[in-house]
Amino acid sequence: MENLILCMAHALTSWLVSLGLSPWWADLILLTLQWTTIVMIITFNVLILIWLERKVAGFMQERLGPNRLGPFGLFQTIADTLKLLTKEDIIPARADKWIFMTAPMFFIIVAVLLYAVIPMGKDMAVVDLNVGLFYFISVGSLSTICILMAGWGSNNKWSLLGAMRSVAQMISYEIPLAFSLLGVVMIAGSLNLSAIVAAQHKLWFIILQPIAFVTYFIAATAELNRGPFDMPEAEQELTAGAYTEYTGMRWALFFLAEYTNLVAVSALASTLFLGGWLGPWLPSWIWIIIKTYMVMLIFMWLKWTFPRIRMDHLMSFSWKVLIPISLINIIITGAGIQFLRGMGW
Amino acid sequence: MFETDQYTINIGPQHPSTHGGLHVEALMDGETVVDAIVHLGYVHRSVEKIAESRTYTQFIPYASRLDYLASHLPTLGYVQAVEKLTGVEVPERTEYIRVILAELSRIASHEVFVGSLAIDLGATTGLIYCLRDRERIMDMFEMSSGQRLITSYMRIGGISYDLPDEFFPAVKSFLDNIPRMIDEYTGLISGNEILQARCQGIGILTAETALAYGVTGPNLRASGIAYDIRKVDPYGVYSRFDFEVPIGERGDCMERLIVRIKEIEQSGRIIRQALEQMPAGEVKDKVPKVLKPEKGKEVYHRIESSKGELGFYLLSDGTEKPSRVHVRAPSFVNLMVLPLISRGCKLQDIIANIATLDPVLGESDR
Repeated sequence: MENLILCMAHALTSWLVSLGLSPWWADLILLTLQWTTIVMIITFNVLILIWLERKVAGFMQERLGPNRLGPFGLFQTIADTLKLLTKEDIIPARADKWIFMTAPMFFIIVAVLLYAVIPMGKDMAVVDLNVGLFYFISVGSLSTICILMAGWGSNNKWSLLGAMRSVAQMISYEIPLAFSLLGVVMIAGSLNLSAIVAAQHKLWFIILQPIAFVTYFIAATAELNRGPFDMPEAEQELTAGAYTEYTGMRWALFFLAEYTNLVAVSALASTLFLGGWLGPWLPSWIWIIIKTYMVMLIFMWLKWTFPRIRMDHLMSFSWKVLIPISLINIIITGAGIQFLRGMGW
Repeated sequence: MFETDQYTINIGPQHPSTHGGLHVEALMDGETVVDAIVHLGYVHRSVEKIAESRTYTQFIPYASRLDYLASHLPTLGYVQAVEKLTGVEVPERTEYIRVILAELSRIASHEVFVGSLAIDLGATTGLIYCLRDRERIMDMFEMSSGQRLITSYMRIGGISYDLPDEFFPAVKSFLDNIPRMIDEYTGLISGNEILQARCQGIGILTAETALAYGVTGPNLRASGIAYDIRKVDPYGVYSRFDFEVPIGERGDCMERLIVRIKEIEQSGRIIRQALEQMPAGEVKDKVPKVLKPEKGKEVYHRIESSKGELGFYLLSDGTEKPSRVHVRAPSFVNLMVLPLISRGCKLQDIIANIATLDPVLGESDR
């Protein structure tokens, strides 16, 4: 079980080579397959996630949630997707057409790119980058541009307000997010995600870095545009914020991307703080799925409990609270490492 | 250098948080509100004119549709105004039933207020909890009148039917549930730090401004003035009940919320006392089929609705139809302070201000 997926990959490569392909071509085909698999898994996972989110919301609000279509309403999301696919695709007359049309595509591409470096099991990162964490943060921040594109291209004041909020919010929360991860990097001594997981085989970093975990969690919620930080959408004040003018599948793509981001950020949280794929008895890839889903459930719990924070409070919270805390955390971590080294550990 | 332009955005009439067809034209500087103009009339149904072409009795269902969140209250105000005009007597038991239903309506309306404030600030779950509790009141209304929202239960000189037997255990269990309910609202909604940060010191309505604008009801009481028509100018049998008028100090959004949560408690107290004191007997007096008040007689009757002072002015011309009906709608008057309390605050605060002023557009537009 442990190496099930790896064995499949190896078998495929050797089969391709035996067909007379050069190893370079075999690798290329394998990489394409890996990406296709990732995209498939993401799409399928989002279907489950939307169902789960609605079920969690239903549970918290003392109602049933989707329950009509299929067992436990599992097919509800599929039906919704089909409905969205058949909807009319409206492009506002005064919109900046190309920016408007490409924004959701870029958004989903950026979201999928994040998965390249996350180790989904032992030796199971698609690209085992040396600077994996750095890559994750820099690609993750690109999604701001897509929201800005959507807001600007729509030529709608609500959309623009949503987009401007999103930019302000992401820039402010990018910093505590990166700072909170620095502590982990300092202990692990590497930016490579697999190496960071390997460094946790004795002790999860959530125990060594509790403050970093909390700051990461808050900053990540803001990065994800999820409640209580869902400023760009802000349904109750900005109608649907940056997504106001979008219809049908274009609109759905934004949601697909947001849930994809949710999985990626939760997977990163479990990789960096909860020991990633480390765990007894079960195969490594099951462990990371379990941990990722646990983190996602906490995100959902937050979203369905809290009201939305106000924009200026959000900014001052980041600059006056989160950033100082994460800086102090870095100092403490550095001092702790130095102290322990001095003790001869 | 940076040069910023002011721009207008139209909050409504199609907007998730305007509680109906309210249109606020906001002049914005970035996220800051420079000015706000309230445009009304999207739900105008010329209710006052309709009243002039209907008999006194026929207008009751229309009165129900004024404040549809607490439909017993406007009908109560209307029938009491007609009773004052025609001198029709009301049986004792009916008075108590009216009080019970009016206070239940007030609780229902305040529950919608608390829930809609929560969802307007982004807390979806808060709304569902409030609606769950309101549902029990709606069930009781269904028991008594057969209708859940637009009850049209009051009649001139009485009510349409006596309360059914299953009504009383339901209302008792609801009353027993009130402390738990308020605990929940306090924990989930008013105790939440984000909500407090968004409500405290926002949309401050000083007592002087409130008086100058004629703001009434919980909004005025949140500004620190204990003005409740049930105490100041008791109608029906309200003078027989012992209850408090909760007031605030600063008149910000938070206090408007707290005052309403406390009022739910007080309404519960009133219902308890009414249930104890309620005598047996008939619920409807003999009322002439055709009501023809003497010519030129006019009357103004006001009650404390869940939104504020709800007044009915009736002028008779000696026929079976009134010559003029005017509704003093508290939602309308209360909404007029919205520009004043919104100036200088953020876009998100306008939403909180609208929610805490608690307008019902059916009533304000008429």
